[in-house]
Amino acid sequence: MTISRKAFLRMSGLSCLAAAAQRAIGAITGTRWAMAIDVAKCLKQENCTKCIVACHQAHNVPSIPDRSHEVRWIWKDSLDHAFQEQLDEYYSLRAAPAMVLCNHCENPPCVRVCPTQATWKREDGIVAMDWHRCIGCRYCMAACPYGSRSFNWMDPRPYIHNPNPEFPTRTKGVVEKCTFCTERLVGPGGHPRPPACVEACSGKALVFGNLADPHSPIRELLAARRHIRRKPELGTGPNVFYIV
Amino acid sequence: MRDRALIYSGLAVFLGLVTFPAWHNLSTHVTAKGPDLRLPAREKQCVAPLEYMRSSHMSLLIDWRERVVRAGGRDFTALDGKHYNMSLTPTCLEQCHGAKADFCDRCHNYAAVSPPCWNCHLDSKPVLRSAR
Amino acid sequence: MFMFEKAVAGSRRYWLWICGLAIVMGIGFACYLRQLSLGLVITGLSRDVTWGLYIAQFTFLVGVAASAVMVVLPYYLHNFKAFARIAILGEFLAIAAVIMCMLFILVDMGQPARVFNVLLYPTPHSMMFWDMISLGGYLALNAVIALVTLRAECEGVAPPRWIKPVIILSIPWAVSIHTVTAFLYSGLPGRSLWLTAILAPRFLASAFASGPALLILLCLLIARLTRFAPGREAIQKLAVIVTYAMVINVFLVLMEFFTAFYSQIPEHTESLRYMFLGLDGHAGLAPWMWTSMILAAASLVLLLVPRYRHNECLLALACAMVFLSLWIDKGIGLIVAAFVPSPLGAVTEYTPSLPEALISLAIWAVGSLILTVLYKIALSIREEPLLSPAPPARVEVLT
Repeated sequence: MTISRKAFLRMSGLSCLAAAAQRAIGAITGTRWAMAIDVAKCLKQENCTKCIVACHQAHNVPSIPDRSHEVRWIWKDSLDHAFQEQLDEYYSLRAAPAMVLCNHCENPPCVRVCPTQATWKREDGIVAMDWHRCIGCRYCMAACPYGSRSFNWMDPRPYIHNPNPEFPTRTKGVVEKCTFCTERLVGPGGHPRPPACVEACSGKALVFGNLADPHSPIRELLAARRHIRRKPELGTGPNVFYIV
Repeated sequence: MRDRALIYSGLAVFLGLVTFPAWHNLSTHVTAKGPDLRLPAREKQCVAPLEYMRSSHMSLLIDWRERVVRAGGRDFTALDGKHYNMSLTPTCLEQCHGAKADFCDRCHNYAAVSPPCWNCHLDSKPVLRSAR
Repeated sequence: MFMFEKAVAGSRRYWLWICGLAIVMGIGFACYLRQLSLGLVITGLSRDVTWGLYIAQFTFLVGVAASAVMVVLPYYLHNFKAFARIAILGEFLAIAAVIMCMLFILVDMGQPARVFNVLLYPTPHSMMFWDMISLGGYLALNAVIALVTLRAECEGVAPPRWIKPVIILSIPWAVSIHTVTAFLYSGLPGRSLWLTAILAPRFLASAFASGPALLILLCLLIARLTRFAPGREAIQKLAVIVTYAMVINVFLVLMEFFTAFYSQIPEHTESLRYMFLGLDGHAGLAPWMWTSMILAAASLVLLLVPRYRHNECLLALACAMVFLSLWIDKGIGLIVAAFVPSPLGAVTEYTPSLPEALISLAIWAVGSLILTVLYKIALSIREEPLLSPAPPARVEVLT
């Protein structure tokens, strides 16, 4: 088949244009799931662990008594631990609780280092995990600047006291973390449900939504209130915002 | 022959070892009877043709796995047009085959195969409830 | 083809050594079976310190493997004749070290049965993928080079011409294996102790100090046990290489200290503070790190003074100190300390458990066994030409 140079250039030019247009459209109409945590509202609920219980129950996360082998998808730490060099000593809420979880970064180092693509960034922004493919090398855990990931040092099943039959467990030797409840995002009948933690929060401190939609509640919240993210200087682009 | 005793006893040990499969199976009453499957009570039509499922259900399950985990979306259209939700415990077990001990384990035990699926995926709800 | 029959003819002492190694391997293997069944919970690792003895040993041994280039480069590229007899020993050390590296990675995996996923789902943006490729390639290169040149020597002929480009390739490849290993660490934004451009140069410097130091010790040991004589010039040249590499390594380490403690950025100083002084009352690594520093300083005294370096007993002491110092620095300190403090500021200490230590010891025994067998083959072949009239041939000059 012979093709003139002019025709070839025209075809290539058009294809490039089409690809670029598709990407631009994808960016405009795409989804970018994110979460905002209102620290003051969370502080009002004293000794509350509803989000942790809901998440860990829904996903069969084991409760391992030995803290060094714990598996945690979402947990409570203090603001000054989560934001070590960002908050000065005069800030009043330093000791306030900060819910800590996977940030589902825009530019995740864990995805960059995974040798088998067992963790990858989906089109909708969620950093997903494939527990079938994970080889348990824990490179992602070394790469995560936030300590969001947990490893199954032993078989988790003896430590799952009330298994949820709707969700599998994991096995020993794989890394796990918060998945922004991907199984709830496309529910039966196509109605998305918010993540378990967001639904369980009685103080309405957790807000989940689509950053790509300028009229979403989360966008309006972030536009109205001052907020920070963990370790922004690393360029990871975390999608968990803390309203301070 | 000075080594008569040694040779005969060696031969006896060898014969014992080489016929091990035969007399061990006889003593433990192993039969040639194949696996006894408990077929699904409600569903009569499988998600794919029977012969395909017999030979390649592993490929189907891996295909479902890749599609659900990596591509997203759980809808599967069978050759006969019927739609299924691609999910191991709710669809394969609860909708059709019941507990894994009733179906999956029957052939797997017979063939001495232990797929690692069950390290993570849970058995059907009734089994879980009774185990509690 | 592999001349293994040479490895089964040995003295009583040789077989006692092999049996001892086999026992250590057996114990470690039993511990590994326990790890396979129970999981990595039997190690001393934790949610905060996720890499420990296994990965640290792997990091150190990649350096030892890469150090073969310090013998190959002068001999094959610059025709430095003094290395004629020990080039093969360096290559065999590289083979044993790479196999140990691969074993250490394997025992560290949570799901070792799935390790081929790295090849089934190639991921060019992951440094671990490239590490597997480069280590595998290096093993193949060294195996081919060593066996082809040894076979040629055994038969008293020159090696085939195609071995020359293979040898040339092994030189940058050796540098690349340790650079890629350094890249595993030096590109991670969350671990400040590793996030430094000089990590790769530092790794190479410590590799080129510890590897040749071990090679010197092995040569001196073999000279005592067999009729093999490595040659004083070869040993002294290796000693000079160790000296330069150790000086550069210590210099680079001191550079890290300056940047961290002059800039006083907490992120940069915390891990170093933990290593040498302790953090929040936890100072488990400090005795180790100070020992490493003292050994490094003492070894430099012995190496820099020519009179001491020329004395083979003092040289052996210096090499042992270099090896031990760098083993602590890279094989214990560097990997573990990057996890302290954790991303949320917690200090979790790490001590290897007994099964973990036994598995590691067993892998060292595997490496020692491979090295023993390979050296036995090489030296048995070397001892034969004493009986034959033809002088051993060598590879053509590469000019």
